[in-house]
Amino acid sequence: MATSTIVIHRKKVEVISPTRQRATGIIEILLGVLIFLFFRRTEPGMVARFVMTPGGLDRGAAPDWLIPAYSTLLVLAILTVILGLVQVWRGFGRWMNLVLSVVVGLTVFSFLTWATAGKSLNLVGMLSAAILLGVPIILGAFSGVLSERAGVVNIAIEGMMLMAAMVGALVGSVTKNMWVGLLAAMLSSMLLALIHGVLSIHYKINQIISGTVINIFSAGLSSYLSAKFLQTYQQLNNPPIFPRIPIPLLADIPVIGPLFFNTNLFVYIMLISLIVIQVALFSTRWGLRLRAVGEHPKAADTLGINVFATRYMAVLLSGLMAGIGGAFFTLGSVGRFDEMMTAGKGFIGLAAMIFGNWTPLGAFGAGLLFGFADSVATKLTILGTGIPTQFMAMAPYIVTMIVLAGVVGRGQMPAADGTPYEKE
Amino acid sequence: MSENKPKQDAGKVFLEEVTGQSEEAQRIKGWRKTGRTLVVPLLAIFTGLVFGAIFIVVTSEDVYAAFRVSFGSGMATVWKTIIQSYQALFTGALGDPARIISALQSGNPLEIRRAVNPILESLVNATPYIFAGLAVALGFRSGLFNIGVEGQLFIGAAAATAVGIFVKGLPQIIHAPLAFLAGALGGALWGFIPGWLKAKTGAHEVINTIMMNWIAFRLTEWLLSGPLTRPGSGGLPISPIIEKSAEIPQFFPPPIRFHLGFFIALAFAYAVHWLLFKTTWGFDLRTVGANPNAAKYAGMNITKNIVLAMTLSGALAGMAGANQILAVNRSMALGLSPGYGFDSIALALLGNSTPMGVVLASLLFGALRNGATRMELLYIPNDIISIIQALILAFVAAPAIIRTIYRIRVPKEAEEAVFTGSWGGGNK
Repeated sequence: MATSTIVIHRKKVEVISPTRQRATGIIEILLGVLIFLFFRRTEPGMVARFVMTPGGLDRGAAPDWLIPAYSTLLVLAILTVILGLVQVWRGFGRWMNLVLSVVVGLTVFSFLTWATAGKSLNLVGMLSAAILLGVPIILGAFSGVLSERAGVVNIAIEGMMLMAAMVGALVGSVTKNMWVGLLAAMLSSMLLALIHGVLSIHYKINQIISGTVINIFSAGLSSYLSAKFLQTYQQLNNPPIFPRIPIPLLADIPVIGPLFFNTNLFVYIMLISLIVIQVALFSTRWGLRLRAVGEHPKAADTLGINVFATRYMAVLLSGLMAGIGGAFFTLGSVGRFDEMMTAGKGFIGLAAMIFGNWTPLGAFGAGLLFGFADSVATKLTILGTGIPTQFMAMAPYIVTMIVLAGVVGRGQMPAADGTPYEKE
Repeated sequence: MSENKPKQDAGKVFLEEVTGQSEEAQRIKGWRKTGRTLVVPLLAIFTGLVFGAIFIVVTSEDVYAAFRVSFGSGMATVWKTIIQSYQALFTGALGDPARIISALQSGNPLEIRRAVNPILESLVNATPYIFAGLAVALGFRSGLFNIGVEGQLFIGAAAATAVGIFVKGLPQIIHAPLAFLAGALGGALWGFIPGWLKAKTGAHEVINTIMMNWIAFRLTEWLLSGPLTRPGSGGLPISPIIEKSAEIPQFFPPPIRFHLGFFIALAFAYAVHWLLFKTTWGFDLRTVGANPNAAKYAGMNITKNIVLAMTLSGALAGMAGANQILAVNRSMALGLSPGYGFDSIALALLGNSTPMGVVLASLLFGALRNGATRMELLYIPNDIISIIQALILAFVAAPAIIRTIYRIRVPKEAEEAVFTGSWGGGNK
């Protein structure tokens, strides 16, 4: 009865309770049933055509991918149900979450196959859109990781991105130089981060309140300046946009090339930040100290680490990341600023950070997933599945709440996250 | 109720330990304390307005043009801009005193109504703030940070709209309260979910309410373009106009929008005061908020209190939305709220999380929002109010800034923290 599987993962001992094991299995079986329902709504001979070259690009072309929808869905449904049954019966132990991810992935794939059956869908174009939609989410999530790992909650990512988007557009337009615009965007966001730091580290006010101050303030200021200047004088709201930069050789690889190596500067910044932050946080002395401050500031202080300086630095870096994420809106994609244009991307970033368990790699994966959900949502209307786009747009938030509730494994929040440090 | 008696006494002891004072001592110090507690909020408001003036001047093209002429004319224009802006804010919020006096002398009722309309309109603006502020304050008192008031407000508005549209043939005396109740229930549901999740799984209410906000926005977006859409709106996300019988009555013919909802809000402010400070339930809520461990050892049911607090808080937020639909807008659109939910965090803090304080702060914020419409005529976007509100929030939350600016001595006893919860601390 009480047979618990013990999983040792990075020296953390995690016990998978029988309830969780069965719940996971039942979720997998239900997803299998869902795939079966997709299968029931297709007919033999229907073919889903996935186009593997994004529109308007000639480098890295690949042939279209033709999938017989009927048989593929049946096979996937049976496979998923079997995986679910094995999970209920025996459990996959340490591989449980991996199997679950695979099952979820198969479900998404089946859904796309069903939606595309008898039609054609530009899959790589959709993935490319997903990555671009994921950029501000992922950079926002990195912003959250940096500050929260040092014990400062940052719900002001949204506000920082909004301000950076506005300043980027304004300065970019005035100087007619996107690089100066990007720099100004980063500085404006770091300035807000500094205010967040002073309020929450120096004055020790509740970090949620401090974040709310920043959010209300930047919503107010960016809309104020936008209404007063940017919308009135169009020359102030017409910044140059960073062009697509193909990387030699790599850009010609089919599928991967168009997705990662023939794209926007911001995608490259995102990929480099991912590696740098992941390595810096988990493999350097600097990162160890930063995390120590977030987990147990008193112990860190006793060992001679300057808790306040570390936290200020983390918050400023957090502002830097949010600034790049914000600049993406005006300098990386749209080319003009509109009031409240971040539309909650900062909060999805926060969600991605939680979903990604406060790690850069996890946040990256979660951000890609959320971006993917976003791009599926826009494609849904085109494919005419009858599912309202708003429900797809809700998915990231709902998934985050499920993760937070510990249904599919609880995240590890830094222990001192949100607690001001009092030096004795 | 007799079995609750010893519990209450035990709790009182704990509360004394928490605040470090006996109730007797608190009462004696009452007046001096009131004076002291008012200093920081008043200075915060004043400083916020000063910073607002600086923003207006710095972004005024007239000022730069005048400085190009000469320094003297520049300074004169600076002064003139500030006076003009705040005069517009004042007359926009409270009416033109000269006009009110002459209207009163003429005795013409129509003219009187027109002259005092700005004040009434400020009260109309204050009403959703009162509901939303009470929602946040109730949460703070119970040790919970309900940052999801905005979402609860939207769900409440949607529920009230649905009842206002689809229920037909009821008399107003039943239909309007029913729609209002639906709004409260909608908000309550949206508060219950994060409350329940916090109590059962320890998931932090701040993250969950943020997520619930965005779910609510998307849900209302869908409702307004799907089930609740106005026929013939051409895809615009807007609901049909509610039935006449669902309206909360306005007292005067249009354009004066002053309505019964304001008094309902005041009644709920009193109700929240009564609940928090005169009932055992309220005592439990406050004790759980002030010191969960003490509450636990006193035998209070933490789970029940967390869920109850979040549900009630959500219900109040839902009422804010229902009020806007039933009394003011009469139909629902996405631009329902200019951020009532987030501003209400500022005013709950400004009002020290007491219902009376929330009402006063709401009157101020309502007046500011209303006055800002007059400032727009001077080409000052009304977003200036958000800037001022953010600054007021920062100053109220960090009184030390105000003390530094005005060189006020720190009071002898340690300051009563308005809200001391932490992100990680609340978790199991």
